[in-house]
Amino acid sequence: MREHTVLRVVAQLIIPPILIFALYVQFHGDYSPGGGFQAGVILASAIILYGLIFGVEAARAAIPPRALRIGASLGVLIYGGTGVATMAAGGNFLEYGVLTHDPVHGQHYGLLIVEFGVGVTVASIMIAIFYVFAGRGRVKGREE
Amino acid sequence: MSIEILLNFGLLVFLVAVALALAGMRHLFPVAMLTGLYSLLSASLFTLLAAPDVALTEAAVGAGVTTVLFLATFGLTRAREKPVKTSRRAIGLAVTATTGAILVYASLDMPRFGAADTPVQTHPLRHKYLVAEQHEIDVPNTVTAVLAGYRGYDTLGETAVVFTAGLGVLILLGRGRRTKRSDEA
Repeated sequence: MREHTVLRVVAQLIIPPILIFALYVQFHGDYSPGGGFQAGVILASAIILYGLIFGVEAARAAIPPRALRIGASLGVLIYGGTGVATMAAGGNFLEYGVLTHDPVHGQHYGLLIVEFGVGVTVASIMIAIFYVFAGRGRVKGREE
Repeated sequence: MSIEILLNFGLLVFLVAVALALAGMRHLFPVAMLTGLYSLLSASLFTLLAAPDVALTEAAVGAGVTTVLFLATFGLTRAREKPVKTSRRAIGLAVTATTGAILVYASLDMPRFGAADTPVQTHPLRHKYLVAEQHEIDVPNTVTAVLAGYRGYDTLGETAVVFTAGLGVLILLGRGRRTKRSDEA
């Protein structure tokens, strides 16, 4: 799709705002609609749009599949690790209140960290699935 | 209020129209596009019902990622539905009609839309989530507080499910592509 000038220009214009919006939904999720899952999917859709317009190889060069595999596991680890950290701090599993002296602040930090983990995992998995599907189609198309 | 009802009604009519159009199609490319449109209409409906979190997810997953995945799948398979025997169609119609009738019958048991005495309004947890939450967690978006705070275990499980599902796709499809490519090289 590289020869479609209109698509390329429009994509270049809207991909950065989509990325920013994903970050906003991620880190502003405590105050406005959204959270880790939504942010992850929005981020992934920006990368998928990039892959659709500029080719999957270009997207792969920007975000290598290896980083996605690490990111997907890292997100779950961040989430679970927060739970272990709260246990180490003397609370129950995922009892964020013990993270800081002020329980309410601890809750804020806990929510932010945990949502970040969710976002990283969801974004990585969505992009990875897109790479796999799109990559197979391209290989098959080349053979025919 | 009446404008809201009109909007709700219009969106529901569009949803039914899109669903009927989908049922009659054989080519799968327009089906994927219309499924995306269906998701977008659902997202608008969720926004009207004051559920922006769900609407965000529906718009991004249903209208965005799923449509792309459908299109990518058509690259691997055929983009045209196989013709189905008439006898099979009759069975499908009967199953759909029965399920629909059961769902309509079940919906008669539900409380009226916006009623004040539903369990959602009267259950003690409502106070916990909507009032006590503001002191315990102090986050304006109650949905986030419930999902990651009070229901933190569930969300951890959901994240693990997404991770496992992605892992399954990568194991099933990711390996084949690589061997194919190494054959080429």
